[in-house]
Amino acid sequence: MNLFADAFAWILNPGNWEGRNSIPQFIGEHLWYTVLAMILASAIAIPLGWYIGHTGRGRDIAVAATGAARALPSFGLLFLFVMIGGVANRDSSVMIVLALLAIPPILAGAYAGFEAIDRRVIDAARSMGMTERQIVARVEIPLGLPLLWGGLRNAVLQVVATVVLVGFVRNATLGYPIVQGIQINRFDQMLGASVLIIVLALLLDAIFALLERYATPAGVRAGRNRDHRTSSTRRRAAGGATPASTEKEMSV
Amino acid sequence: MIEFRSIEKLFPDGTRAVDDFSLVIPSHKTTVFVGSSGCGKTTLLRMINRMVDATGGELLIDDENVASIEPVRLRRRIGYVMQNSGLLPHRTVIDNITTVPRLTGVPTKDARARALELMDTVGLDRAMAERYPAQLSGGQQQRVGVARGLAIDPNILLMDEPFGAVDPIVRAELQQELLRLQRELGKTVVFVTHDIDEAFLLGDQVVILEKGARIAQKGTPEEILANPASDFVASFIGADRGKRALSIRDVDGERVVVDGDGNLAGRLTEPGAA
Repeated sequence: MNLFADAFAWILNPGNWEGRNSIPQFIGEHLWYTVLAMILASAIAIPLGWYIGHTGRGRDIAVAATGAARALPSFGLLFLFVMIGGVANRDSSVMIVLALLAIPPILAGAYAGFEAIDRRVIDAARSMGMTERQIVARVEIPLGLPLLWGGLRNAVLQVVATVVLVGFVRNATLGYPIVQGIQINRFDQMLGASVLIIVLALLLDAIFALLERYATPAGVRAGRNRDHRTSSTRRRAAGGATPASTEKEMSV
Repeated sequence: MIEFRSIEKLFPDGTRAVDDFSLVIPSHKTTVFVGSSGCGKTTLLRMINRMVDATGGELLIDDENVASIEPVRLRRRIGYVMQNSGLLPHRTVIDNITTVPRLTGVPTKDARARALELMDTVGLDRAMAERYPAQLSGGQQQRVGVARGLAIDPNILLMDEPFGAVDPIVRAELQQELLRLQRELGKTVVFVTHDIDEAFLLGDQVVILEKGARIAQKGTPEEILANPASDFVASFIGADRGKRALSIRDVDGERVVVDGDGNLAGRLTEPGAA
């Protein structure tokens, strides 16, 4: 299709890579809004989620609130906040909206991470003489990390997609070439910016997927590996020779 | 010495788990609480390290009321071994064993050296020190659990059905190891089980509990076996089914022992003979 060729031509056009309102600037702004919103949302949602996960208090409210918040119309919310806050404060309004969107998945990841831990492990930690603070810091946080990273990953996808709306209130982010493109009928620019947003989202998702994997404590990963091994006897049988490492493990 | 004085536990939902329970647990001996599920034996055990607080009565350890000891400090003085070992899955064997010593400020190096010795004591290969719990068998995990319970060299060791989740062969092995350990270490062990055979094997003092943690009978295994105090005890230890009533039968001049059902239990030999 010609349109796609035009879009890539717009992306690759050297003129769009320098000066004011260039692609690098838009990407930088896009990431800036995303990171700031994630930090803001994490600062609120992670401690709150850990508190809920550790104490069990407010769990019902959190579940209901996160469920409802997922249905928030981001576009409407943004304009509502900009109208209430005034155009002069529109950056704060944007941040609040983005953070509001990011909080539910982060909150859910934080408390679900704690809840997924075997109660007997926590009971054992407590009966050994760990204080509540030590239980949180040394048992619950490390064991809850994988699910928290999963929540952060969901949140960052949501935010990076929603930052586009910033283009409606400010000449910034990859949303701006789209908004401007609508006004001046530049389809190459609109599609080109969209492609860049998709690439950005996929990249961030890949990074968070890696972090999520890395955050899984080694001992938990070790257990999972063993599960894989025991569940795949047929494949091993089909494969013939057992790897030496597996044999060593089994003989213990 | 651990002393229960008219202990009572009333849960918020109105369940009376323990009612007027009194018992003296002597030092350096193994006392076993045995009873069916829901009889309150675990509740009693967990009162000793204040994982559960009594709602009435007093619990004394060496004449000190546990209610006056801060729970965290109390728990760090008492070893605790639970079913399914309760090991921290994200920490290696040696880190699990050294958890409590490090909480109490023992230098890491000393704690690790002691942990390796403990691994010998409980019959674990030192090569397993850097493994994770998920890489061990159930029996090995339970040994790590025991080593962890002993890490602070406590006077009291609480064991809550520690061998309940391992297969019978491993269980028999672990029971023998515990007997050996106890001969060497002489801890005050409080052991909870629902298995009367395990209770008779391990206990210096066996306390048979009915619902509501009422003591049906307490005494040495011999005393209980010789004189079951009630029909409940007789039924619980299997005396009524003839499981415990052995008789002698002559077979070609050799004397063999059979149980009440006529099943062969063993051969009779003179005391002292092989």
